[in-house]
Amino acid sequence: MTLETTARQTFSQQNILDLDSFTSQDITYVLDNTLAMEQVLDREIRKVPALRGKTVVTLFYESSTRTRVSFEQAAKILSADVINVTSGGSSSKKGESLYNTALTIQAMQADIIIVRHPHSGAPHFLARQLEAKVINAGDGTHAHPTQSLLDLYTIRKNIGTIEGKKIVIVGDILYSRVARSNLWGLTKMGARVVICGPQTLIPNDFLNGHRTEEGHPFAGVEVQTDLDAALKDADVIMTLRLQLERQKAGHLPSLREYSQTYGLNARRLAMAKDGALVMHPGPMNEGVEIETDIAHGTQSVIEEQVKSGVAVRMSLLYSMAASQNLEI
Amino acid sequence: MSKSILIKSGRVIDPSSDIDEITDLLIVDGKIAKVGLLDLENPPSEVYNAEGMIVTPGFIDIHCHLREPGEEYKETIETGTKSAAAGGFTTVCAMPNTNPPIDTRSIVDFVKNKALTEGVVRVLPIGCVTKKSHGRELSEMSELADAGVIGFSDDGKPVSDANIMRQALAYSASLGLPIINHCEVPELADGASMNEGWVATRLGLKGMPNTAEEAMVARDISLSELTGGRIHLAHISTAGTLDMVRDAKERGINVTCEVTPHHLTLTDEAVLSIGDGNTSFDALTPHAYNTTAKVNPPLRNITDMSVMARGIKDGTIDFIATDHAPHSSVDKVCTFQEAAFGISVLETALGSVLSLYHNSKLDLTTIIKKLTSDPAEFLGSNLGTLKVGRPADVTVFDLDEDWKVDTSLFLSKGKNTPLDGATLTGKVKATFYSGENVYRSK
Repeated sequence: MTLETTARQTFSQQNILDLDSFTSQDITYVLDNTLAMEQVLDREIRKVPALRGKTVVTLFYESSTRTRVSFEQAAKILSADVINVTSGGSSSKKGESLYNTALTIQAMQADIIIVRHPHSGAPHFLARQLEAKVINAGDGTHAHPTQSLLDLYTIRKNIGTIEGKKIVIVGDILYSRVARSNLWGLTKMGARVVICGPQTLIPNDFLNGHRTEEGHPFAGVEVQTDLDAALKDADVIMTLRLQLERQKAGHLPSLREYSQTYGLNARRLAMAKDGALVMHPGPMNEGVEIETDIAHGTQSVIEEQVKSGVAVRMSLLYSMAASQNLEI
Repeated sequence: MSKSILIKSGRVIDPSSDIDEITDLLIVDGKIAKVGLLDLENPPSEVYNAEGMIVTPGFIDIHCHLREPGEEYKETIETGTKSAAAGGFTTVCAMPNTNPPIDTRSIVDFVKNKALTEGVVRVLPIGCVTKKSHGRELSEMSELADAGVIGFSDDGKPVSDANIMRQALAYSASLGLPIINHCEVPELADGASMNEGWVATRLGLKGMPNTAEEAMVARDISLSELTGGRIHLAHISTAGTLDMVRDAKERGINVTCEVTPHHLTLTDEAVLSIGDGNTSFDALTPHAYNTTAKVNPPLRNITDMSVMARGIKDGTIDFIATDHAPHSSVDKVCTFQEAAFGISVLETALGSVLSLYHNSKLDLTTIIKKLTSDPAEFLGSNLGTLKVGRPADVTVFDLDEDWKVDTSLFLSKGKNTPLDGATLTGKVKATFYSGENVYRSK
């Protein structure tokens, strides 16, 4: 099977730092290829030669088995050689600097580096220092573009199109890299986006009219602090993980109160459109931001999100290496 | 035999004596001997042709970090003063956040002795407000004053405890020296690395709201009113601060403040390193998260930046100070969050602030005043002037020369500036300190 050549040429990304640099065509291209990759995953022999002879390094400064394994599997199915580098402990314990680690990886002649780091902008730093292409697998509170792509894929697969759909993102918008990337991805695909959470967890400049300046990319994003009102006519509800330390930092009185005002339960779900999708980037705090029976209920596509992760990442890796004549 | 230098045919601007004319300046034995056209019966030993140049009193910087003792890998008194000379500064006040900090007579003496033996311009130390700058007990201010400090500061961090600030202002009042505060409510700036706003939101960086500065400015003004002590607000950065200072001055409160060249000319968008023709709404490039633009207080938005020039014009801002904060590459070649706060400013200060002249925001005399006689007045010193008999600290600069900032040519060890590669208009050509030619541009 070969992918359509004209489509291949429209993908313009050198690095995958965030979706802010993606055109809607880039996004569509990755999502279209994801479908093809899913078919590869259904084959008896799940191995294609697209990245044969390429070295992919995963560099994880935060533990995340799910994301790392998903990337590793994607790269291996595409026949890349994969080296996993994990950094023990937090970055506050001063080990080798990111700069020196970068130089070491450069010496390995890596072609693609997949990085997760607790500091926003770490992938940009690496992209600046290295010749290898960089994929952001989550940086601080900045971005998580591959999560957003798999969210977009899951939405498109289930309801056909993203344009014009009402997507409600609920929870810790202030600190969520998933929400930030989804704001770019969803608005570029023409969705009607509503962010909803307590005012303490919404960036101040979403609240006080700073978005009136011409050309603001999020001018059309609606802000709601009342979840019941936000859910009306929603096609998709994305609940975000609530980091438990937010209570200590003074953002919330208690998890209990958060759960009462912003937790997704059956009563609230009924306010959305019939059959509205329930999504969560994981890992979930069941009983806090989402009730267990909703998380595992008929409207939930949370497991599907995880599943499509491998295919989306295969599609991205393929797209980045697509300057060569590839067969899958 | 006496040594004389003639600085010939420059446009001499000395705000302290209302001089602005093309004329000569004669230096004899390290002192200003004459300003005016000279007959050359006895030609001086040295002549500097300043035709087409501006000749002013040497600049005075009330706020810089020389890093010595303790952080000599970032800067030394030698490199810091050479950098100052290259920037046209003949007097620099050294902040005490060294290691050990300048909180005893012996450290003051160390800095002064180093400056005499290795420095090329005048160094005036500032002493700590509290012992070790820990914010708990007052330093021995009276002894520090006796040793020659020009004021007290825990700069790098604020005097956070309101009662300690009250006591410091009351105690220093009788010494006649100011408390210089870095105003920042720590709880509102905890974990933050830049200005709060759209740029921080899209970068996923925690921001400091303007309120973090303004809440402490309000406190300090009120404490100054209560005690009668002199409060000096370091590196102010917000429009709200400016309003409060203006109001406090109208009410006769003993408050002064300074602004840096970067808060006058740059915004938080510098962190994005936006390419030509792009805006803060466009996609980030690998050049985003520019650590050389990480500074505290942070570069603010366009509104805050724009009002600073107005604050200089109406006199609310007393003078321009650099907050020169040199760092080594280890402190800056890292993620934004890990990077140290601070910009290396001394060598770009003049070029930066002259942009306000070139784009008609400020007149030239005002800018020079804010670098010379106004900081001199703050010090209560006889510096910052070309009056006969005063120390011959003189700066000569070309108002219109375009030059490209190249940090590899900096005399400072600190190459950390967002202006690297930028073109500035206005360049220091020569600096004289007590009659010695301590800098001459190539």
